[in-house]
Order: sequence, then C-alpha cells, then structure tokens
Amino acid sequence: MLIITCPWCGARPEVEFRYGGEAHIARPADPSALTDQEWADFLYNRTNPKGLHAERWRHIHGCGRYFNALRDTVSDFFVTTYKAGEARPDVDASSGGSK
Amino acid sequence: MVESPSVNMPSTTPLAPASPLTALAAVSRAVASARLVALGPAARLVFRGREAAIGPAGEAFGVALPREACRFNAAGGRFAFWLGPDEWLLLAPGAEPAPLFAAIEAATTGLPHSLVDVSARSTGIEVAGEKAAFVLNQGNPLDLSLGAFPVGMCTRTIFHKAEIVLVRHAPDVFHIDVWRSFAPYVWELLEDARRELA
Repeated sequence: MLIITCPWCGARPEVEFRYGGEAHIARPADPSALTDQEWADFLYNRTNPKGLHAERWRHIHGCGRYFNALRDTVSDFFVTTYKAGEARPDVDASSGGSK
Repeated sequence: MVESPSVNMPSTTPLAPASPLTALAAVSRAVASARLVALGPAARLVFRGREAAIGPAGEAFGVALPREACRFNAAGGRFAFWLGPDEWLLLAPGAEPAPLFAAIEAATTGLPHSLVDVSARSTGIEVAGEKAAFVLNQGNPLDLSLGAFPVGMCTRTIFHKAEIVLVRHAPDVFHIDVWRSFAPYVWELLEDARRELA
C-alpha cells in the first residue's frame, strides 16, 4: 500500500486520504474584474505536468486537515509533503522524502 | 369498548441510551486472547477552538487537551483525545453531557471555539487480549506494534469501510469509538476476524 506522510500525523496508509486537486491556486480577489477567459482559466485549466506536481491532499480519515504534497506523476512517488499555507519546497524529483 | 391508551402505558422512566450492540454482545463467543466488550454510555463532546480557548476548555473539563499529535490525556476517569490540530474528542464514561457542556461553554465564553455534544453519535467497543492488535489489523492498515502505535496514542482511522477512533490504553487493550449506525458492521467484522482464535 502507498504510504503518505501527513504533516501532522506522520506516515499513514493511502486509504486514509483523499485527493484534493492542484495546489497553490488562489481564488482571484476580485472575480468581477476578470475576463471570461481568465475566470475559465482559474476554474478549469490546470498544469497537468509530467513529473513533479504540487497537489492538495486531505487526511480525511485521520486529522481531517488539508495539506500539500509534491508527487511525481510518472512514478507516483511522493517527494515531500508540507502544511497548507507553506510555500512549495524547492526540490527535484530525485531527492528523498516520503514514499 | 375502547380502552384508554393511558391504561397500558408503562410507567414513565427516563429513557436510557440503548447500545446498538446489545443483541450482538449477548451472543458473542468468549475468546480470551481477543475479548470484545460493548462499552456503556458516555458523554462525548467535540471541541474545536483557537489557541486562546484550548487551555480554559481543558481546565473546565478536568483534563488538559493534548497538544501532541495523536495522543490523549486522562484524568479522573475522563479522556481528551487529539483528533486534529484544533480538534479534540472529550470523553467522560457514564457522565451526563449537559453539565460538562455547560461548564466548558462557561469557561470559553467570548473565545473563538465550537463545542458540540455528540454523546449519542457513537458507541464504544473494547478489544483486549494478546491478539487484539492482530484482530484489529484484519480491517485496519496501521502498524499497531508498540513502537509505531504506543500506549497513549489515539487517532481517527478506518476499520474496513467504517471510520473509527482507535485508542490504545494498554499494550493489549484497545478502544474503538465508532458511529452507532456503523457499530454492528464493525462488531461483526471483529467477530469474523477472531473466529480462528480460541
């Protein structure tokens, strides 16, 4: 089973978690000032990278908290996890971190 | 010949909270290495709050709220379980929830917090014996060795498809707190898991 490290609870099995989509997408402060295209970009367009992806996860059957993870979309390897609100760590896919 | 309905009414006694496990526990097989016990009623409160409210809430409850992740504090037969960084389950077996609720609410007046009485939401199961961890691991993927899940640890987790709060009171004594509608499901899967044990 895939092990994900919750920043609060530590290493936990994947079945306790839910995926929450791409991380670091801030809601525009004034949506009415945006063009339709900009609003559509915010709502629907995602980076969908091949490689490292910053994404939100929720430890729903644990502490219940959202946090962010850097996951390699090719190998499904979790490079690191960090608390919501923290900046994306500057790491590359080969550096250790949690499995 | 219509009888007055009041004639056959039973005398008024206060309603006792019924355990959803009474019938299952009555026919449960005794297994010394993995005992199953349906725990009695308890006052359960879920407290969530900002920093300023955490200390007073613990003082009013009589148990300091643990700040370390996945740990619980106990004092005077009451328990405060860490569920999240700002979330605790306060458990007082056999107690009335209303006075506890009032005491904590009074101590945290004006401080940002939420306090909910969930006494009737869940019920407790004790799994005890040298094979307790083995039985729990039939439906729970956590490492229940003493190194990874020491005495004094508690956490929300899953048992098969049901969400539970799992607590370790002693090396071979675990308590489960599960929503009452899921309790028969969890109980019967625990029974299934210990069928091979004498």
